[in-house]
Amino acid sequence: MAGTAILGRLNWLAAKVTEVRSETERVRSIVFECPGWDGHMAGQHVDVRLTAEDGYQAQRSYSIGSAPEDDHLVLTVERLQDGEVSPYLVDVLQADDQLEMRGPIGRYFVWEESMGGPLLMIAGGSGIVPFRAMLRHRVAAHSAVPTRLLYSARSFDEVIYREELAGLAAYDEIDIRFTLTRAQPIGWKGYSRRIDREMLAEVSWPPEERPLVYICGPTSFVETAAGSLVDLGHDPTLIRTERFGPTS
Amino acid sequence: MPYDPGLVWTQPGGLMSVISRGFFGRRPQVDDPSRLPPGQYLTAGFPVLSAGPTPRTRLDEWTFQIRGLADPSRSWSWEEFTALPTETVTVDIHCVTKWSKFDTVWTGVSLDSLLDGVATGEARFITAFCDGGYTTNLPLEEVTGGQAWVAYQYDGEPLDPQHGGPARFLVPHLYFWKSAKWVRGLELHIEDKAGFWETYGYHNHGDPWREQRYSGD
Repeated sequence: MAGTAILGRLNWLAAKVTEVRSETERVRSIVFECPGWDGHMAGQHVDVRLTAEDGYQAQRSYSIGSAPEDDHLVLTVERLQDGEVSPYLVDVLQADDQLEMRGPIGRYFVWEESMGGPLLMIAGGSGIVPFRAMLRHRVAAHSAVPTRLLYSARSFDEVIYREELAGLAAYDEIDIRFTLTRAQPIGWKGYSRRIDREMLAEVSWPPEERPLVYICGPTSFVETAAGSLVDLGHDPTLIRTERFGPTS
Repeated sequence: MPYDPGLVWTQPGGLMSVISRGFFGRRPQVDDPSRLPPGQYLTAGFPVLSAGPTPRTRLDEWTFQIRGLADPSRSWSWEEFTALPTETVTVDIHCVTKWSKFDTVWTGVSLDSLLDGVATGEARFITAFCDGGYTTNLPLEEVTGGQAWVAYQYDGEPLDPQHGGPARFLVPHLYFWKSAKWVRGLELHIEDKAGFWETYGYHNHGDPWREQRYSGD
């Protein structure tokens, strides 16, 4: 394998795809076997490096969707229009293919069972990925921390991890709510609008209960959610954010 | 059992990388590839990355301070600060999350002029401190000599809060997290003290040309 372990350095590791799963039309989960991977915390990311036959390389960061307790590393990737790496990961990569990984990265946007709660997660689109890791970690660690997830997607078809989230919502003290911003199935009982202060007031605990808040999604989504929670009286130092996507 | 790395690409230095089947890449559309540090790609957008909510500080409560081993310590109100002589610089910026943006135009006050007339004694490091509790650490010699500014305009317009307004640090030769958003001052120290991201696994120095992304790089 490339490189020798240098203490403290995150080395590139060869990772092999064991399975690919379609999540939605634009999103796919990729399961990896990554010998030498030293574990991670829920919420961390990984750098992915692709190398073309002539040596050209491209690197990107992706959130890890699997829990520390899971057997395999899972990345869930959304195909970005005009992307260089994501279309390859979503459309081309298949079982037994290889790429390189380096991580885990970031020790701030993480939740571990020992941090307690209540735990409030707010996801926009593919911002759900690190929360799958946190939810799976919570279950694997037999945590009883009261947990709520508010997940905003454009339509029911664009909800990632649909079946798994339905299963997780059956656990005591895990409350999962959806808002579908563009199209809703007939008889839809969840929210049907973009997140706003009123919705966050309904879903979150009162600020006095000092929930640990994690928000992940596109920049404008995160700005709205974080700003509204601060307006509602939540302590800004308890709000952790992860933003993606360009702004003009 | 040894892991079979499959096809490999051997770099000039002898390091090997596995080849990803069917990956061709969209080669960077860069006129001068030597402007792009290793592992970076060029973007036309301006992505936003912050660890928490965007602070909203009123300009009548804003100050910029120089403290710690500074003699004398200094403090400017927003009005005083924006009356200082400005420089407009056009620089390339490089974010640790891999994007680079070329020819960004900033207006602000250089650290050289803020530190003019301040005796820094034995100080060798600075900590930039910010609204929201963020900090980042830099060697003093890397923020003087025309290398760093406190910028409050981007492209001739007031700096958007999402991008660090009212004012942010600008140290373009290091990864962009060192260009701390919502900066409110700097503290001079004898010893180096790890800042926010530096504590959470990012490199202490952050030179994009040496790809110092994470602790240990």
